[in-house]
Amino acid sequence: MKKVSTARILVTVFFAGLLAVPWMVQHFSRAEKTAPNPDAKAALARYGFSLEEVSHAAGIDFVHQAPTLDAKLDGIMPEVASMGAAVSIVDYNRDGWPDIYVTNSAIGSKNHLYRNNHDGTFTDVAEQMGIADVNKPGTGVSMGAVWGDYDNDGYEDLFLIKWGRPELFHNDQGHGFTRVSEQAGLPPWINANTAVWFDYDGDGKLDLFVGGYYPEDVDLWHLRNTRMMPDSFEYANNGGRKYLFHNLGNGHFEEVSAKVGIDSRRWALACAAADLRGTGHPDLFIANDYGVSELYLNDGGHFHEAGKETGVGFAPKSGMNVAFGDIFDQGKLSIYVSNISEEGVLIQGNNLWVPQTGSALKYDNMARDLGVELGGWSFGAQFGDLNNDGNLDLYLVNGYISLDRQRSYWYDFAKVAGGNSSIIGDAANWPAFNGRSLSGYQQKHVWLNDGAGRFLDVAQAVGATDTYDGRSVALADLWNTGALDVVVANQRGPLLVYKNTVAPGNDWIEFSLEGTKSNRSAIGAQIMLYWDGKEQLQQVSGGNGFASQNDRRVHFGLGKNPAIEKAVIRWPSGTEQTLDHLTPDRLYTVKEP
Amino acid sequence: MSPPTIQTHDRAPDPAANPSLNRGREAPAALNPYLPPLFITLILLAGNLSFGILEGWSKTLLAIATAIAAEMALGHIFLHKWPHPASAYISGISVGILLRSPAFWPFALCSLLSITSKYALRFRGRHIWNPSNFGICAMLYLASQSVASLSIQWGNNFAALLVIWVLGSIIVWRARRFNITLTYVVCFIAFSFVRAHIVGDPWQSEVAPITGPMYQLFIFFMLTDPKTTVRSRMGQCFVAGAIAALEFLFRLDSSIYAPLYALFWVGPSALLIEMWIDSRRPGALSTSAIPNQKAARA
Repeated sequence: MKKVSTARILVTVFFAGLLAVPWMVQHFSRAEKTAPNPDAKAALARYGFSLEEVSHAAGIDFVHQAPTLDAKLDGIMPEVASMGAAVSIVDYNRDGWPDIYVTNSAIGSKNHLYRNNHDGTFTDVAEQMGIADVNKPGTGVSMGAVWGDYDNDGYEDLFLIKWGRPELFHNDQGHGFTRVSEQAGLPPWINANTAVWFDYDGDGKLDLFVGGYYPEDVDLWHLRNTRMMPDSFEYANNGGRKYLFHNLGNGHFEEVSAKVGIDSRRWALACAAADLRGTGHPDLFIANDYGVSELYLNDGGHFHEAGKETGVGFAPKSGMNVAFGDIFDQGKLSIYVSNISEEGVLIQGNNLWVPQTGSALKYDNMARDLGVELGGWSFGAQFGDLNNDGNLDLYLVNGYISLDRQRSYWYDFAKVAGGNSSIIGDAANWPAFNGRSLSGYQQKHVWLNDGAGRFLDVAQAVGATDTYDGRSVALADLWNTGALDVVVANQRGPLLVYKNTVAPGNDWIEFSLEGTKSNRSAIGAQIMLYWDGKEQLQQVSGGNGFASQNDRRVHFGLGKNPAIEKAVIRWPSGTEQTLDHLTPDRLYTVKEP
Repeated sequence: MSPPTIQTHDRAPDPAANPSLNRGREAPAALNPYLPPLFITLILLAGNLSFGILEGWSKTLLAIATAIAAEMALGHIFLHKWPHPASAYISGISVGILLRSPAFWPFALCSLLSITSKYALRFRGRHIWNPSNFGICAMLYLASQSVASLSIQWGNNFAALLVIWVLGSIIVWRARRFNITLTYVVCFIAFSFVRAHIVGDPWQSEVAPITGPMYQLFIFFMLTDPKTTVRSRMGQCFVAGAIAALEFLFRLDSSIYAPLYALFWVGPSALLIEMWIDSRRPGALSTSAIPNQKAARA
């Protein structure tokens, strides 16, 4: 009897200890976070960089306007009109300074092209260039933009991603843009949120992938009925179709998606292309909302979907971002996919797909191990070495709908999202928002890679303190200082420009590539930089993150007193070029031999 | 979540160590004791192979292994014998299905809490919480930053819904607890009309939760756990209605896990009331002294 009593006491103590575990876990994980709001000097000293929001001082006072769709959707308008703020970086006039293109999404609103004035300021020239008034009634509205020189004339052309009539604008030598959508053979209507330029068949001409979100037969301003929502929160297969426009070289494109093996009606929100297997052919990764991600491996002009076999397409989540980064300096690209995490409601966790060692392409999700898993209602993210220490950091924006701070829509969202497809698929069944927030006012994440397998969130410490509904983020050395600056597009919020100041000591190197046999934008070119016993792989991108595109120039941080061994460029044509005798703190302009 | 027929196995190793406690409960003796574990395993396999409801097997296996290990250890300490693992297996697999977290530790902790609660939280020799309901609610209350539950799985389609309704009904019917399920469903639907009227939302949105497959697992298996339901059929119906009523109030307060929380509070309360009523009956020494005619006949 006494033994039993002792056992009961012990089990009670053990039970109480178990109940205390969550508190302990939370307590110790909180200890890893950085202190908020130190001054810039402290951030520089401690983390090697600091960010200052300078948009107004730089002449940028842009505030995104969300679309207003069919009145049948009034009750849930904040949700269905929750995207459209996007930013992409382009040197449209080839002056060697990155410019900024930002989309607007209300009917009649104007997109802006901010020309870099080389003096820290920008001037909106979209109107005079002919790419401002692109949200006219009856044509839909902008959701994003990707740039690529599809005719190899040396100037980046613009593909405008829309819920509506997709638009291709030819860049007329930096002096203006000509709309060529019909001549190119684009379809009359796509409800897309993502697109990427890449040369899938290696013919030296950029092709274009466009991922549909809503079905293409839905006109969101003139709905036939309200059955246009996803039919499942995790297994939806009633979204928009996918397009692969093969560049025929004469200003025309041929839609070949079915022919090359791309056939999906998942709800695509982000995509990016990279040669993930070293085959010389760029593969295509698609992050889908309401479902699994898809990885289309390129077998030389034909694709096969390998999401499940590679491990990235098994667990359905709410994919909203695709960014590639060689986070371990091992010459291999990991993939960051953002999802939703809301405390106590839905913990999807973001995915950081790290390739396994071995011959077969397989990925492990190491987001939790590396500390980049929980990012709220995450949207756009980009890898970049923000403090030039030689390790790629990660900038993530988030926040879905910030309205009334005191009232949340999560309960209503959850009760419908768990219902049968006949209920969830009809917008009329969704409770009205009535001004409530849904994962709003969230703090951003700037995860600093320590090079030893951990990322530390330093957002508040380095100055990324906004709580707007972040959508799209792009990185570029805007002022040619050797530091990656950050531009953030916020839904119904201002365009933010975070100027980056890097502490003296850490060096850098940048490359600006121009293809000759390859596409002239050099999109898909991969640079492997070898220095101090490390190797880091980066590539020129034709669109990545969420509805965004980083500067085509490739930036490497090098750390202190680096000894650069070489850089090896693998051009999309297959040509390999080795650059020796490189010195730090310089921008190298390289033409394909 | 413990299928009704856990009783067959759970009763024997019950650390209450008082077999008479189960007198007065309807013994689902006709049901093969291996059917519930098999059934829930099939649900898991079918769900994961067809829809990938688990992010991986490792977390579910961790939950199962932890639950069984805890049951073995605690059972051995309290009963001086090795308990049958079926009950713990079902608790573990339930945790694996119902708990959602990208981390591993919540699965182990939830299983430990579930099993340990049976030994630590007792009244008059009985555990009064459904183990996995307790474990999951404890995680949701205490570790909301790390876990969620009742995630949307199985594709929101009618095929999955139909399979679970049919198989669940058969199991529950044979366990003689269909009255609980039916009462709860009728009450839920009735309350959904009332809620829609009160909050002004479409009725479809109020009834939507019950059309989700994971919710049906709750209805068929967690609600009907024989170890933690009252004895009389009328009482069972009343308790099911009370759970639906409290859930109704929780839902008006926008509680996402309203059904789990309602069971968490109503279930033990009902059992305590039943014990109190039993103890006041003339000649009754304790709950355990109440004869069970059916059991006696069996």
